[in-house]
Amino acid sequence: MDNEKDILEVRNLQVDFKTYAGDVKAIRNVSFDLRKGETLAIVGESGSGKSVTTRTIMGLNATNARITNGSIMYKGEDLLKKSEKEMEGIRGQDIAEIFQDPMTSLDPTMKIGRQIAEPLMVHKGMKKEKALAQALEMMKLVGITDAENRINDYPHQFSGGMRQRIVIAIALVNYPEILIADEPTTALDVTIQAQILNLMKELQDKISTSIIFITHDLGVVAGMADRVAVMYAGKIVEYGTVDEIFYNPKHPYTWGLLSSMPTLDTKGDELPSIPGTPPDLLDPPVGDAFAARNQYALKIDTEKEPPFFKVSDTHYAATWLLHPDAPKVTPPEQIVARQKKYAEMQAALRKHQADHTTPVEEEEEQQ
Amino acid sequence: MDYENAEKILEVKHLKQYFNVGKADEVRAVDDISFDIYKGETFGLVGESGSGKTTTGRAIIHLYEPTSGEILFEGKNVDNFKSADDRRQFRQDMQMIFQDPYASLNPRMKVKDIVAEGIDINHLAKDDADRTNRVENLLETVGLNKDHSSRYPHEFSGGQRQRIGIARALAVNPKFVIADEPISALDVSIQAQVVNLMKKLQREQGLTYLFIAHDLSMVKYISDRIGVMHYGRMLEIADADEIYAHPLHDYTKSLLSAVPVPDPEFERARQEIAYDASHENDGKERHLVEIAPHHFVRAAEDEIPMYQKRAHEASLLH
Repeated sequence: MDNEKDILEVRNLQVDFKTYAGDVKAIRNVSFDLRKGETLAIVGESGSGKSVTTRTIMGLNATNARITNGSIMYKGEDLLKKSEKEMEGIRGQDIAEIFQDPMTSLDPTMKIGRQIAEPLMVHKGMKKEKALAQALEMMKLVGITDAENRINDYPHQFSGGMRQRIVIAIALVNYPEILIADEPTTALDVTIQAQILNLMKELQDKISTSIIFITHDLGVVAGMADRVAVMYAGKIVEYGTVDEIFYNPKHPYTWGLLSSMPTLDTKGDELPSIPGTPPDLLDPPVGDAFAARNQYALKIDTEKEPPFFKVSDTHYAATWLLHPDAPKVTPPEQIVARQKKYAEMQAALRKHQADHTTPVEEEEEQQ
Repeated sequence: MDYENAEKILEVKHLKQYFNVGKADEVRAVDDISFDIYKGETFGLVGESGSGKTTTGRAIIHLYEPTSGEILFEGKNVDNFKSADDRRQFRQDMQMIFQDPYASLNPRMKVKDIVAEGIDINHLAKDDADRTNRVENLLETVGLNKDHSSRYPHEFSGGQRQRIGIARALAVNPKFVIADEPISALDVSIQAQVVNLMKKLQREQGLTYLFIAHDLSMVKYISDRIGVMHYGRMLEIADADEIYAHPLHDYTKSLLSAVPVPDPEFERARQEIAYDASHENDGKERHLVEIAPHHFVRAAEDEIPMYQKRAHEASLLH
């Protein structure tokens, strides 16, 4: 492990899907780390490879998937080299997942208490009574009211928000090291979404799970993530801390994503939009895959793939615009406003630190 | 919103839409709502799932027989047209764009036949050449090209399919379009494209929209006025900017406080406001009251002063 704080290290991952039309190159050389206790958000459009990435970590890819390169290191071992049997021991124990649709991810014919207890019985060999008792505790923890009476209810007797709480209870009952949440609130109403997100944050503090949070909703990302990775056409194009991505983004795709989402203050006749559609990954374009939709594209973008350029120790972006020889461009209006806000925040922070360090020094002098 | 010159195109009066009437599982999906929509505006209808917003849209286009109340389109009751001609005209004037671009297009029909179905039914085309011409123009209007007309829906992406759905709605030159969650199934970068297209068409063709959605930031962006629904009732109606800046009803406040904003600083400071719905069933008679000019709140007689005070504090009253 490069960094002892890392719990998961994905390196040079490449996944193809065999189809009649040819090989779909769904993941094209993806690397990232997940640190202990953090929430890493992966954002991108459908087809950008966010779900395939996490399904590869879980060993749950479809049978036509081929992992052609890469490694996924977890506790010093490569998950890609594990047998199906070994992965069964890891799934639901060390790494758990919450899926998007709470309506279809529960077994409609099984009582919910039993469904929550099942991971304990399977992975810990716990007896049914003991497991059910623990399931009841878990139900209370995720905020299912009147848990004692509801433990023998079936999924259809619960609302969407309550079902997602049950799904979370199942995922967390074994206190997994890593929780993968794949659009966990997309199917829910905003008020219920807010409850579920708060619950996830609360539980993360309690059991110090690391979360990989997949979503296309940048509002949710802003509230949940410590770090953000932006994916486009099977690659990570930019990653950094949540502040760096939202206030100082460098990749034109990130600019487009952030500008095309109206905030409650957006006005005007035309919403900034990203023209065109994502490329066909049967035959990915040469160079930067975003070039065709990018108004800031340079000539080199269609010829050579951009490497990651360093913005800060924690912030990297794969765009030629960051090359020292690249022409200086002005990002969209909205992004400039965000950068300005970030600069003000940083200045305020420095001032705050200065204000608070001076008295301490004075005290030391007095001593 | 310019109320001086506004002309009502749609009037919903005391609409009730119940299902399973008289049975144990009676559902009051829409429970006595009244509102007007003005010509050329976009009226946004927001609320959680189960609030009755989709049912309201469907009742307006007369997919249901209303349990009681009336819906007037250009002054005519949609439930009781005087002639078959009026009914046919209504079905041409009002069109719908659906949420799911995968389920709402017949997979066995070519795009040109999907788009032209309304043209055929209403005998709008003089001959085959005119029909083809109209279809090609429509596809161009929504940003597709005419080569697409002989393809099938599965050959298109979600955003393109939604454009086909829009072309189909426009084919019969409607005046009023109901868009029920038209962008919820699309990716963020494509949502903006479709919203821009809808706004452009509205400017060019003077369309009136009823825009139903749960994405509050997008609804605010596209709408002139907004109605907030909850448990089948309309709780608040006002101009889009005003309702977001100065919500008067507690439910609206709660709903707005839950909207995630793509700004980490804002998110860290966010306080959600919980809403206690229990007072809604205290037996008091409530109806929409105009608290500030053109700002309506569902209130009981003794709650009016409280809302007026709120409006005063927000400087909505002078």
